[in-house]
Amino acid sequence: MIASNTIAEKAAQLVDEFSIFDDWMDRYQYLIDLGKELPAIDDDYRSDDYKIRGCQSQVWLQPIPQNDSISFKADSDAQITKGLIAVLLRVFNGQPAREVASADLSFLDDLELKEHLSPTRKNGLDSMLKQIRMYAAAIAAKSTSTL
Amino acid sequence: MEVGGLTTSSEKLERIRSDFPILGKTINGHELAYLDNAATAQKPRSVLDRINEYYTSENANVHRGVHTLSQTATETYEAARNRIATFLGASSPREIVFTRGTTEAINLVASSMGVSGIGQGDEIVVSEMEHHSNIVPWQLLCERTGATMRVVPVSEAGELEYDEYQASLNERTRLVALVHVSNSLGSINPVRRIISDAHSLDIPVLLDGAQATPHMRVNVSEIDVDFYCVSSHKMFGPTGFGVLYGKEALLEALPPYQGGGDMIEEVDFAGTTFNELPHKFEAGTPHIAGAIGFAAAIDYLESVGFDWISEQESDLLTYATGRLRDIEGLRIVGEAKQKASVISFLLGNSHPYDVGTVLDKMGIAVRTGHHCTQPLMKRYGIPGTVRASLAFYNTRGEIDRLVSGLKKASSLFS
Repeated sequence: MIASNTIAEKAAQLVDEFSIFDDWMDRYQYLIDLGKELPAIDDDYRSDDYKIRGCQSQVWLQPIPQNDSISFKADSDAQITKGLIAVLLRVFNGQPAREVASADLSFLDDLELKEHLSPTRKNGLDSMLKQIRMYAAAIAAKSTSTL
Repeated sequence: MEVGGLTTSSEKLERIRSDFPILGKTINGHELAYLDNAATAQKPRSVLDRINEYYTSENANVHRGVHTLSQTATETYEAARNRIATFLGASSPREIVFTRGTTEAINLVASSMGVSGIGQGDEIVVSEMEHHSNIVPWQLLCERTGATMRVVPVSEAGELEYDEYQASLNERTRLVALVHVSNSLGSINPVRRIISDAHSLDIPVLLDGAQATPHMRVNVSEIDVDFYCVSSHKMFGPTGFGVLYGKEALLEALPPYQGGGDMIEEVDFAGTTFNELPHKFEAGTPHIAGAIGFAAAIDYLESVGFDWISEQESDLLTYATGRLRDIEGLRIVGEAKQKASVISFLLGNSHPYDVGTVLDKMGIAVRTGHHCTQPLMKRYGIPGTVRASLAFYNTRGEIDRLVSGLKKASSLFS
């Protein structure tokens, strides 16, 4: 079952999938296609309250807590940003919140996509990642305190 | 002969490109095509060498020392001011105030005007096509003083609605603060007419010249402007340096901007008297290398020649506009009759960020986003644009690369 895969295993799968492309155009095409397959965010969440402002592109993030685990739906007005969201959510969704909060993202280096997560890029992804970790940490803290 | 003329021109272009070391750089495996000149322009070797020489063998603080090096540095620094004054057509170097850039030049006027020159019910006229740096300082001034801003709208083509401009002027207008050339659209505003209409009601005019002076020779006395703000780094000079030109009588009337060393005549706890123009506005150790580097950039521009620059840029603009129009789904934003070599556009429904990212992969540097003109983007109902801004060292070949890059982006995002 997919949910039983760890963050590291899912990251390795992605690296594997991307490794068949040796051309950046193909890699970006794949990334954009992954973005197109993202499930739509619920209408209530496509609002300013859930908007993460980037100077260049915007991101909307909807947290979906499930007991000790967490999933997200998200959207962006830019296709490359949306593709990167798809990559991140494939790795994070359904994972234990405490693991999401402290996940190792070095696999993005292997995907040659890490540059997009830089705060200097101003595409909202860096802030989205912080927000994801904050939601995850909050759920992890809650589940620890109710143990 | 036509062919001979072309050869000469392309030889000159090649020679000029070789003056800019960075243009030979490889980005993401491709030769750099630098089409982001409105953000900042690249620096010719003569400017780099001049700055290096200053720090290597001339560095000393100015206006302070009796020692030889300080005397020489002061002379060189003030010679730069003379050079800039002559270049801009100012009546005297006293009218040339050194600042950190255009933004600070505008802030200086806004801040000093706020002390006594403006009050409740007074008005400042700006336009919808202003850069944030010619909006926010006035907003802050209005908040402090109770004055209000009148905003002149912009037409679909990207031109100032001139009738609205005229209608906005009245007896409460304290200042007209407009952009000379729009950074987002390239529109060139009819500044002579703007100024003479304002002057007929005794209203002074400040122009944001950041995007004008890299493309054309501006003579402040000829256009009779009251304040003119210039950026060094957009004119192939160093960053962190700019100029506020102001008519002497107006500058005299303004109180100092910042306090500190160099701007004073005598300091006593009972009160301080201020230095003469332009030093009254220049507190602290100035950007000496900036002034000297900027003067070198002006020397360089004059050696290239503004006639050649405008010929070259107008050819590039016409060529680029034609080629871009041929791309399916591409929409040019801003088609003023009088335009500098700046083209803003949208590619189908693609987000500018996506387009810019793909072009970067191909070594093509463009700007994407709102270009610090959010009210203008709102006026067009768009979040931003892709902007290619051309300098005289750009080539038709680089435009061709932009076009093929955009076609690739189109296929990716379809």
